[in-house]
Amino acid sequence: MENSTETTNKERIVTRLDDTIFQGRVSESDGADSNLSQKYRMTAKNVNVYYSETHAIKNVSLSIRENEVLSIIGPSGCGKSTFLRCLNRINDIVVGCRITGEIMLDGIDINGGELDVVELRARVGMVFQKPNPFPKSIYDNIAYGPRLHSMVNSREETDEVVYSCLREVGLLSEVEDRINKSGTELSGGQQQRLCIARALAVKPDVILMDEPCSALDPIATAKIEDLIDELRTQYSIVIVTHSMQQAARVSQRTAYFNLGDLIEVGDTGEVFTNPKHKLTEDYITGRFG
Amino acid sequence: MTSRLEAASSGSHWDTAAFKRRLRRRRSAEKRFKWYGIGAVLLGIFFVFMLFSSIAINGVGAFWQTQIQLDIYFDPAEISEANLYSANYGKLVKQAMYSQFPEVAKRKEKRQLSRMVSVGADVMLQDLVTSDPSIIGTTQSLWFPIDDSFDMLYKNDFGRDPDKGGAGLISKNQLGWFDTLVEKGKIESRFNKRYFTAGDSREPELAGLRGALMGSFFTILVTLAISFPVGVAAACYLEEFAPRNKFTDFIEININNLAAVPSVVFGILGLAVFINFFGLPRSVPLVGGLVLSLMTIPTIIIAGRAALRAVPPSIREGALALGASKTQAVIQEVVPLAMPGMLTGTIIGIAQALGETAPLLMIGMVAFIVDVPGGPLDPSTVLPVQIFLWADSPERAFLEKTSGAILILLAFLIAMNIVAVIMRRRFERRW
Repeated sequence: MENSTETTNKERIVTRLDDTIFQGRVSESDGADSNLSQKYRMTAKNVNVYYSETHAIKNVSLSIRENEVLSIIGPSGCGKSTFLRCLNRINDIVVGCRITGEIMLDGIDINGGELDVVELRARVGMVFQKPNPFPKSIYDNIAYGPRLHSMVNSREETDEVVYSCLREVGLLSEVEDRINKSGTELSGGQQQRLCIARALAVKPDVILMDEPCSALDPIATAKIEDLIDELRTQYSIVIVTHSMQQAARVSQRTAYFNLGDLIEVGDTGEVFTNPKHKLTEDYITGRFG
Repeated sequence: MTSRLEAASSGSHWDTAAFKRRLRRRRSAEKRFKWYGIGAVLLGIFFVFMLFSSIAINGVGAFWQTQIQLDIYFDPAEISEANLYSANYGKLVKQAMYSQFPEVAKRKEKRQLSRMVSVGADVMLQDLVTSDPSIIGTTQSLWFPIDDSFDMLYKNDFGRDPDKGGAGLISKNQLGWFDTLVEKGKIESRFNKRYFTAGDSREPELAGLRGALMGSFFTILVTLAISFPVGVAAACYLEEFAPRNKFTDFIEININNLAAVPSVVFGILGLAVFINFFGLPRSVPLVGGLVLSLMTIPTIIIAGRAALRAVPPSIREGALALGASKTQAVIQEVVPLAMPGMLTGTIIGIAQALGETAPLLMIGMVAFIVDVPGGPLDPSTVLPVQIFLWADSPERAFLEKTSGAILILLAFLIAMNIVAVIMRRRFERRW
């Protein structure tokens, strides 16, 4: 099982890199790709973020398309997580954090009064760096969101959501017999998949992942990466990662951040094989960061 | 300088006598420090042991009461259905005493003889007859508490042995009678049930703790009912919702200061506000509980905030990221995880309140109250104030009553702290 997963994973990476390298697609600077049929799910325009006095994000414009995985890479402290956390306004809870600019979800300004933050966070799910299941049963972990938003009205409906989410992240067979045990008893990788299942349970449009594999071993990482690839068919995914290999493996587009600036964004193959900017090249070739 | 450098570089630095000496000094300093620590701990244990053993030695006697067995003839000539509440029960007791020593005829000696039984004996007889009038006309062999001076005589020769004091409390005649009764097996030390079932009394042999226990129970109940919800709500608001600014800083400093205010000040406050302004009655557990809540709330707030802070932010973020509102995240996810810490703080605060005397003196809970309170609006006293009152009483027998009450108070405090420790262990979560 493990072996086959790994092989398919590897094969896929290789093929995808080959594809992207040899296709030599046009660069996709934001707002200039009307030729693409893909719709934008989220659009950020001229976003600035300040933590008290620190200018953490400087005038960033970036879009997330439907059914794509967008990876954000960059050195530590470059603002990738900050940008991600603006997309579901989880940064609101940080004291002293100020955001300017416009972030749209399906044409609605998420910072305007039109969209309640509760709805926004249900529609833009998030998976954190460290797996953070609630210290309650696996079942209740997943049922939490649907119950919160009254998406389920009976035990049967809840069961259905819980089991289908567990199946979706490939966890069902592993935890079926201990679904009422605490979520914190699972292994790290299982916990992270549980957190993804928990996010899926509220049927989001976009899933934000903040270094979801940084606390996991390579096998668990491979499983999560497979999962991300499958999820792409239904959701838009933004993943912040420190691993360039991971960005190359899972994402269709890559954005490179440096010191709060968006340096470059484009097709993953393009960015990795033919970076337009010197800083990007230095970073991905390991001369910097 | 150069030579030292050379020595160091060649490695011989570690072999010099000076280095060895320094090393020895460091080692002995370490050993000394360890022994200071052990010494301090031993000293602490010694004092605790002294405290507990002296209280225990003094206090165990309170649980035993010397009693005298008398054959009481419930004379129908004295008691009838008509005068159950006004009959001369004292006479029955006296007659039973006189019958033990028929040779005693002088009035003064008779009085001395009858004084050996507790003055509470006639009330006991009355209770017995009113609860079951059918015993009128029969003879019952009953145990009565003996007067406190004879209790002391039986327990530790107080009053007989001039070295132990109490000279003049007991006459020669009484000593003789007492010894005869002991020989006949009519006097025995028996378990002191009254100590737990009776209210306070001026007579040590009749005094019991029930009034104080019930008073403490109602007071603590009121304290808990007020301070726990208020404390937890305040902790939640301050830790999770309040904006961080000068004003909340000011409030935080004041809460910390409040926890350090001498408790008697709260008593004066309670007197001024609850009794004089709001006109609540004096000496009642309701007011006592209100005053003690003022004391307990800061403790609960501080412990509650620490417990909330200990919940990892990832739990909050996890709930918020799923679309929970701030209140939902805090109440459904964070507070349950902080609850063990909050409860521990509450138990510690309540234990503190249970042992508090000074503020209750201010609101009149120091009154001499014989009746056992039936609710938080009945005048009553509490355990530590009862200890204070008894410690103030001149009768020798109150010494052991006092120590016995301290033992019971300590038992409650230790039990509460053990519960707090168990809860902390049991519900402690690791992430």
